[in-house]
Amino acid sequence: MAMIDAAEEEEALAIVKRRTPLLDRKAVRRALPWLVIVVFFGLWEAAVRLFAIPEFILPAPSAVFAAAWEFRVAILDNAWQTLFTTVLGFAIAIVVGVLAGVAIGSSTLVYDSFYPALVGFYSIPKVAVVPILVIWFGIGTVPAVITAFLISFFPILVNVSTGIATLEPEMRDVLRALGASRRQVIMKVGLPRAMPYFFASLKIAMTVAFVGSIVSETVAANKGIGHLMLVASARFEVPLAFAALLVTGAMGVAMYAIAGAFEKRMTGWAVRGVNGVTLTPQG
Amino acid sequence: MPEGSLAVSKFVELQRVWLRYGEESGTLALRSTTLAVDRGEFVAVVGPSGCGKSSLMKVVTGLWPVSAGTVQVDGTTVTAPLSYVGMAFQNPTLLPWRTTLGNVMLPLEIVQPHSSRLRRNRAAYEAKARELLALVGLAGFETIFPWQLSGGMQQRAQLCRALIHEPSLLMLDEPFGALDMFTREELWVSLQDLWMARRPTVMLVTHDLREAVFLADRVLVMSPRPGRIVAERRIELPRPRTPAMAFASEFAALVHELRGYIGASRAAAPA
Repeated sequence: MAMIDAAEEEEALAIVKRRTPLLDRKAVRRALPWLVIVVFFGLWEAAVRLFAIPEFILPAPSAVFAAAWEFRVAILDNAWQTLFTTVLGFAIAIVVGVLAGVAIGSSTLVYDSFYPALVGFYSIPKVAVVPILVIWFGIGTVPAVITAFLISFFPILVNVSTGIATLEPEMRDVLRALGASRRQVIMKVGLPRAMPYFFASLKIAMTVAFVGSIVSETVAANKGIGHLMLVASARFEVPLAFAALLVTGAMGVAMYAIAGAFEKRMTGWAVRGVNGVTLTPQG
Repeated sequence: MPEGSLAVSKFVELQRVWLRYGEESGTLALRSTTLAVDRGEFVAVVGPSGCGKSSLMKVVTGLWPVSAGTVQVDGTTVTAPLSYVGMAFQNPTLLPWRTTLGNVMLPLEIVQPHSSRLRRNRAAYEAKARELLALVGLAGFETIFPWQLSGGMQQRAQLCRALIHEPSLLMLDEPFGALDMFTREELWVSLQDLWMARRPTVMLVTHDLREAVFLADRVLVMSPRPGRIVAERRIELPRPRTPAMAFASEFAALVHELRGYIGASRAAAPA
């Protein structure tokens, strides 16, 4: 075999470096989402100015940011309320969703008995439930928390139960032939295995939880982003309504990022092969 | 089988076992199957695909209740899943979130008395697991995750997991079915080494006749579904057997003879 000299190796590495396209570089990748947002706002601003769109129809980003600054106290106060109800409802959804997901995923009997009823229940538009919740609990925080919970627990339940129900039969046999109890099978294999499904569902559940609490606030509340938007549009303060939307979007992205960070830490094994090492067979 | 009836030290014994999956209309997998395996014996079960070989594994380990007949293991009738059997399958079923060592240690967390001792004697148990991995050529791969191992290495790790708690019964369901020839032969040798070192009772299900002849003390031939044992052949080749022996004429004759039994049973089977 021919020897590989240092110069040849260096040259080969240089070629790899030179040929990495701009869009594949790490720093560029990280900057791209921000670039998209900036361009989006730029186009929006330009369109509003170019076509002289009245502010009460579509305010320019500059007007939206100005309104956001002007009403910052009200926005923060209401955003805090929305964040609180959303996170609380979401937290309850995680607990209930995981427990119910385990119960449904580990028993075909429970699955067959409860699943149709759950699907029917989930199909009911949550906005239709809010007035009933108001009758039971009054307006404000409680209906918002419950709506956020109701809308976000189902994706978690479905995913966790899928993760547990799709356990390989051989794996179950291995454990059962060792005398493992049902509980041991779930704790040792079922739950860890369901984690990637669980985190995937968290991202969906998180965003729909915001939908739930804001819908509830729009229907029946005297605080929260939903309430603020209702008041703003009633007063034709359109830039403020848009500012509230913007804040909601930002909160959603932040929560999504938190869920993503957790996912990466806890289920790194599920996303493998990208930067992972693969060993060649030995001997 | 005359031998079955004079059983004294039989470890596994099936008497006229029937197995039907599901209700009355379900598939009949086993039809009046009778067989016996001695303590410490290595038995291979061969047969055409879909003949109920895997069903046999399920009834012996108690994972499926039999429809009729009796299954006895170690002198007691099996009515619930046994709690000490080491199992390995064609699919390595290693847990991707555990390292190789963690996967091998899994049975110790479940099987008594190990599971209650594990916390205090972790170091000793870990040393045992490392020793076992070294025995199959996986020294140095303890902290690697299974998905970073090759298929053959995963199977080796699976064998270690099946053996870590020193089970008296080892059930292997086509464990080398998905491997290439060279890796398979290497693993035959590894498995033989492991078996000779600890002498568990082994039931190996396979459709590879060479594998059966290489590894087993006795080969049982099953008929097509619904399965039953139609022939039995003792393999007297000396141990340890080597891959080179697999090319000897004696070996080839045995494989040929077994092939004959399977051919006959297929011809006799109702279409």
